Amino acid sequence: MTRTSWHRRALTTLTVSALLIPGLAACGGSEGTPAAEGGEAKVTLILKDLQNPFFTALADGAKAEAAKNNVELTVVAAKKDGDEQGQIDEIESAVLKGQDGILILPSGPAVNKAMTDARAQGVTVIALDTPPDPIDTADITFATDNFEAGKLIGEWSKANLAGKPAVIALLDQFSDRTIQTDLNRDQGFLEGMGIDLADKTKKGDEAKTGNYAGGTYTIACQEPTTGAEDGGRTAMENCLTKNKDINLVYTINEPSASGAYKALQAAGMQDKVTIVSIDGSCDGVKNVGEGVIAATSMQFPVKMAELGVKAVADKVAGKALPAVSDGLDFYNTGTELITDKAQAGVTSTTTADATKTCW
Amino acid sequence: MTVTTKQPVLSAKGIRKTFGRVVGLDGVDLDVFPGEVLAIIGDNGAGKSTLIQCLTGALVPDEGTLELDGKRVSFRRPQDAKDMGIETVYQSLAMSPALDIASNMFLGREIRKAGPLGSVLRMLDRKAMREKSMAAVQQLGIRTIQNPGQRVETLSGGQRQAIAVARAAAFGSKLVLLDEPTAALGVRESGLVLDAIRALRDRGLPVILISHNMPHVWEIADRIHIQRLGRRAGVITPSSHDMTEGVAIMTGAKTLDTGKE
Amino acid sequence: MTSTKKAASPALRAQHFLHENPWVSPLVLLVLSVAVFTLLNPAFAQPRAISLLLQQTAVVAALAVGQTLIILTGGIDLSVGAAAILGCMSSALLASQHGLPAPAAIAVGILIGALCGLLNGALVSRLKLPPFIVTLGTLSVFTAITLMLTGGSTVQGRDMPEAMTAAGTRIPFLGLDLNVGILVVGLVYLAVGFALGFTAWGRRVYAVGDAPEAARLAGISVSRVLLSVYIVAGIIYGIAAWVLIGRAGAASPNGIVDANLASITAVVIGGTSLFGGRGGVVGTVLGALIVQSFAIGLTLAGLDDEYRVLAVGILVIAAVAADQWIRKVRT
Repeated sequence: MTRTSWHRRALTTLTVSALLIPGLAACGGSEGTPAAEGGEAKVTLILKDLQNPFFTALADGAKAEAAKNNVELTVVAAKKDGDEQGQIDEIESAVLKGQDGILILPSGPAVNKAMTDARAQGVTVIALDTPPDPIDTADITFATDNFEAGKLIGEWSKANLAGKPAVIALLDQFSDRTIQTDLNRDQGFLEGMGIDLADKTKKGDEAKTGNYAGGTYTIACQEPTTGAEDGGRTAMENCLTKNKDINLVYTINEPSASGAYKALQAAGMQDKVTIVSIDGSCDGVKNVGEGVIAATSMQFPVKMAELGVKAVADKVAGKALPAVSDGLDFYNTGTELITDKAQAGVTSTTTADATKTCW
Repeated sequence: MTVTTKQPVLSAKGIRKTFGRVVGLDGVDLDVFPGEVLAIIGDNGAGKSTLIQCLTGALVPDEGTLELDGKRVSFRRPQDAKDMGIETVYQSLAMSPALDIASNMFLGREIRKAGPLGSVLRMLDRKAMREKSMAAVQQLGIRTIQNPGQRVETLSGGQRQAIAVARAAAFGSKLVLLDEPTAALGVRESGLVLDAIRALRDRGLPVILISHNMPHVWEIADRIHIQRLGRRAGVITPSSHDMTEGVAIMTGAKTLDTGKE
Repeated sequence: MTSTKKAASPALRAQHFLHENPWVSPLVLLVLSVAVFTLLNPAFAQPRAISLLLQQTAVVAALAVGQTLIILTGGIDLSVGAAAILGCMSSALLASQHGLPAPAAIAVGILIGALCGLLNGALVSRLKLPPFIVTLGTLSVFTAITLMLTGGSTVQGRDMPEAMTAAGTRIPFLGLDLNVGILVVGLVYLAVGFALGFTAWGRRVYAVGDAPEAARLAGISVSRVLLSVYIVAGIIYGIAAWVLIGRAGAASPNGIVDANLASITAVVIGGTSLFGGRGGVVGTVLGALIVQSFAIGLTLAGLDDEYRVLAVGILVIAAVAADQWIRKVRT
């Protein structure tokens, strides 16, 4: 009898608490109530995940801009980078909540239909950082020209090598799917090096050996990192087992570059290998200053977020959306090469200056 | 002591079963005749349960022959014995506690509805199964079970045993075997089971009964097969020997005189 | 043994009632959840939100039916999402790159699901390997095969015949915005529910999960029942694959992240016991609806994702604890 009543009490407590959580949490914030009249724009920012510091910096920039423009901002994310279903669910919920605009970093093409449906319901859909394919799925895209970002570090690497043979490790984001950022940075880097791209829309189809613009090259390996530090470490370790002569490492972003450096340290090779990357986070700029990363192309996520929030606020106020950048099908938020070892022919900024603009 | 000239319903000769290096049955002979209750007694490890399982297809003997009504048979799995009309109540009862009485009664031989509902949609005739279950239960004189839709796990040990016996009685057409049917029961419930066994015998069905409850055995058996160390140590009757003697033969303190079969 | 029953306390009677009807607890929980979320934001009870709830639940609910069958036999299927994706991508590739007409491509997708189920079932029933280990292995096998076939790329809806994405076709009904996919999933539930409750096969599924030795002694071929369960589940995964394409308007290898956990959560919250032999598909559909209504409800209430994840976690623990309590009825 005592056992039954203990169980009953435990069961009741658990169920009640599960149902009370929404109640208690909702008391803390009034974000759930439908917005008052007065033209305050309601925007949902849908990230790919909540772990990548790039996304959190972007979200912080969005929140700051939202406060300035009287925008009610909700930040959500899917379960992980690549979770398209999660993003579809978030888009639908946002439409249901009567949002004026959705800012999204699309995890993949399966999200396109939901984006189109949202726009059909009158919601402004803006893509940030990752251009959707086809590009007109969003009303406008604010993104880094990733090809240009890759090209800058490629050109810098070419100059830095000064004619020496290049043994290259390509540490991409994924190997099992095609993402525009991943593809364009990879191809941009190779283009900057002066290596023949074969098909610009495909990774990994370049000749494994040949000539770059300054000498001979060998692509020793191409491994996925999922854009994370541990992935970068594993990918670098795999590469080193394939070829111990690697002297140049292209990394998709700074977390993976950091992981790759640790792998090189463990192998005692960190002084013989040049790592280049893309991102421009303050951690990354610090790494450039310390010589962990030789050069990095800076992105401006805060600018992307600000432009996105402002665009929706303007649209609600009756103004038009900004136009795309010349020669591109998206609005280029810019990229800048950061390095302390400037090379001729490639404009760069020092780390000292970059600490002002890093994120 | 009756010498029977009738043909045995089931006749087993030289049954051997080993489990790795352990010899479970070492060449056992057994006969059971129509309309009798044959009890099997034996110490722990003598091979009683193994024997029953070998007779009913739950285990396949390594050596030996089985004859049913004089014809050679071989059982590879429990369904084979059931197809021949041999029903068994195992010690574990072979019941699914989460299912109800009617489902357990007809487990493996469910009744389907007539017509296209049954043949095309394969729909169960739950009403028929419930009615027949109650009939089988009542035929054995069990009055404490009223609701065939009750889950078996809500029944007492004795009630479950009674259902198992009713199931065997309902489907058995040649022979019914029971492994320790009163082992976990109190006085009143054991009485129910013993009555059920008598009812079976009175219907002409032979019953093989394993039990270590000597008073029950002496009360109900016509003949008693004594199992010892994997072999048949002998066959006695309640009138030819008393319980003490029977136990003595079972434990090997005494041997059976030759000439008595 | 006394024949008079003790006066049963309310708790004991509740325990018995819930034991007989395992779908009651999830139903009560669903009703409570809807009530609470509607209080937090009246938009929750509007047709738009309800329609969204049904649309978002459809795929996981379909996968969860197959998972229910397998869990009823005392097993578990970790390869559920991978098998569905393999079927999904195979049919999409055939329809887009190889010009197969849509009905044939969809049939192939279902067939592949069935083959995945056959592999799992054969390993579990013939080789008698534990389902957890088997499906953990086949999860990787199916994922790898999908990768080899697709190289990771998505097949867009515009590259496939229309019937491939037809599961997304809208069906207005009673003011709600349903679609073909929801209808199909509903039919699957009815079919499986009928089979489980009204056929001999259904009885045997329960018996095999509850008391496999008893089932064997009763003459049931346990291995045949197990094999059939995994194959039926595989077929259902193939159907879910087609519904998935309709929802996204595209076939993506990353279509469903964490499908195993989502389907198992729905089954557990729905009151089916992880030990087998108890529960059913009614509970599962309620469980799937509960999880998704928490997602929508908390979003409408303006809360961040973390709370939803926390709430679902507590729900699962509560559901398993409740299952344990209910099972204490004289086992």
